[in-house]
Amino acid sequence: MNKGKIIWLMVILFLSYTAFLYASLPSDSGIISTSVYSGKQIWQKNNCGSCHQVYGLGGYLGPDLTNVYSTKGETVIRSLVQYGTSVMPSFKLDEKDLNDLVMYLKSVDASGKSDPRSFKINYDGSISQ
Amino acid sequence: MMVPSHNNIIPKSFLLVAFVLLFTGLSFGLIGALQYVMPGILKDGFSFQKVRPLHVSSVVFWIIFGAIGTVLTYLQEHGTAKNYSHSLLKLQFVIFVITVAAILISYLTGNFGGREYWEFPPYLAIPLIAGWLLFLINFIRSVSSFKNQPVYFWMWLTGIFFFLFTFLESYLWIFPFFAENIIKDMTIQWKSYGSMVGSWNMLIYGSGIFLMDKISGSKDYSKSKMAFGLYFLGLFNLMFNWGHHIYTLPTAAFVKYISYAVSMTELFIFGKIIYDWKSSITTAQKYFNRQSYMFMVAADAWVFLTLSLAICMSVPAINLYTHGTHITVAHTMGATIGINSMLLFAFASDILTAPSSKFIRIWFWIINISLFVFWISLIIAGVYKSIWQMSAVQQPFGNMMRGLHPFFVIFFISGIVLATGLVAVSVLMIKRSFVRATASRNDLIANVQ
Repeated sequence: MNKGKIIWLMVILFLSYTAFLYASLPSDSGIISTSVYSGKQIWQKNNCGSCHQVYGLGGYLGPDLTNVYSTKGETVIRSLVQYGTSVMPSFKLDEKDLNDLVMYLKSVDASGKSDPRSFKINYDGSISQ
Repeated sequence: MMVPSHNNIIPKSFLLVAFVLLFTGLSFGLIGALQYVMPGILKDGFSFQKVRPLHVSSVVFWIIFGAIGTVLTYLQEHGTAKNYSHSLLKLQFVIFVITVAAILISYLTGNFGGREYWEFPPYLAIPLIAGWLLFLINFIRSVSSFKNQPVYFWMWLTGIFFFLFTFLESYLWIFPFFAENIIKDMTIQWKSYGSMVGSWNMLIYGSGIFLMDKISGSKDYSKSKMAFGLYFLGLFNLMFNWGHHIYTLPTAAFVKYISYAVSMTELFIFGKIIYDWKSSITTAQKYFNRQSYMFMVAADAWVFLTLSLAICMSVPAINLYTHGTHITVAHTMGATIGINSMLLFAFASDILTAPSSKFIRIWFWIINISLFVFWISLIIAGVYKSIWQMSAVQQPFGNMMRGLHPFFVIFFISGIVLATGLVAVSVLMIKRSFVRATASRNDLIANVQ
């Protein structure tokens, strides 16, 4: 088989895999609230990911926030965002933006657990929760 | 094939802008490192929220601008760039420079899009896509035949194509269908990023093979079955191994199993490096006096170290310990500084025809030693964070970070030495290249007179 054909074959395989993946990933159509969606925008517009992680992905200066809603609670989140800490600046969001951000973090929390201690290592080197 | 100097102005300009971006990236990198050593410093005026994207984007664009300038130059030397459009090239350069300046300004003013790597507002991606399309068009129209091309040609072509594809894919989040579910959004985000890194590596590694051919004066390797075999293996990994970024994300299980299996094929590359060890050292001794080759040898050593780490991190059971820790940062630094930047210095030394210099050789060793210290300090910090993450009774996050302070100090000090070395080598290369160009021009004028 010539090289061009191998590359085309690989590209077709890649595109098929991509299409299959898009179709098989979970969807929240019609369920997600406007508040969660706006909260995600607030998260991005304030570049929270430069210091914080979600599922271990993001910055390293602050803690992972995947399950902060269930571990620290809404009041602590509100207080930290509004007043900051010795390392984190205060963001002084208005009430609506703050509510939306909290709703977003609640939704992230409901999506799963990121704590590595909650995983089990299998005999083949894979992991499961 | 020699390239007329007037045809190389824009490719060289890409390289020069790349160096400016490297200096910018290093400056913000040091400020960021200082914020780890002195937590809270500049938090109100110039917080890490601004510093990190300024550092990351500058460094990513150093790699991208450097890769574009190199591919455009080597494409002409390769001899296929007959129908190359210099107006398209100029347009691409202007679009890229203006957009990157706008991106850095957007960070300084706190205007974010907030996505990893590409933290600028999404509308700034439009000119980048347009500029990259011009690059692809120029590449394709300059090719007279796809037959019997060496491996680096295919690496450049697939690198350009996949960068465009993955960059577009990384913006699917602007559509509610992809953004509405956090797991779906993050899966596609890291699918695109994983493959995107592979695509710029294709541009850089392809140029590395071109330069090796040029130094050895033979195209035997770049047309060999082994070279194509490794290229297909690299492309296969680019397409399917990205899932190792998201082993702990509750996404489709098949993504993780496929990535785990595909990532393990990199063991073949690892084995080949060990198998070829002796002959690599013989070749290195033969060409080490050439400045560009010296940087390629350093990149080879960093490939070995970074690949070892990457293969370990691709095993989910190990990844569970390293994920979210500074070991991941060490891997990124090894790849971007140790491999990509060393290769870009090799290309710059060749393209800018910077004469060999004793000072560059001294700085070369300082850079690599300080990078090793920098890399090790991150790995140790990562091990400590990993122990903290897995401990049954977890100390508060702030206490853990205070425990890492000594490693951050080493990371910061070695970072200063490393940045000084990278700037010194860049400045020496650019300066000596200009001195040489001016001397050649004066000789030419004297001969004409």
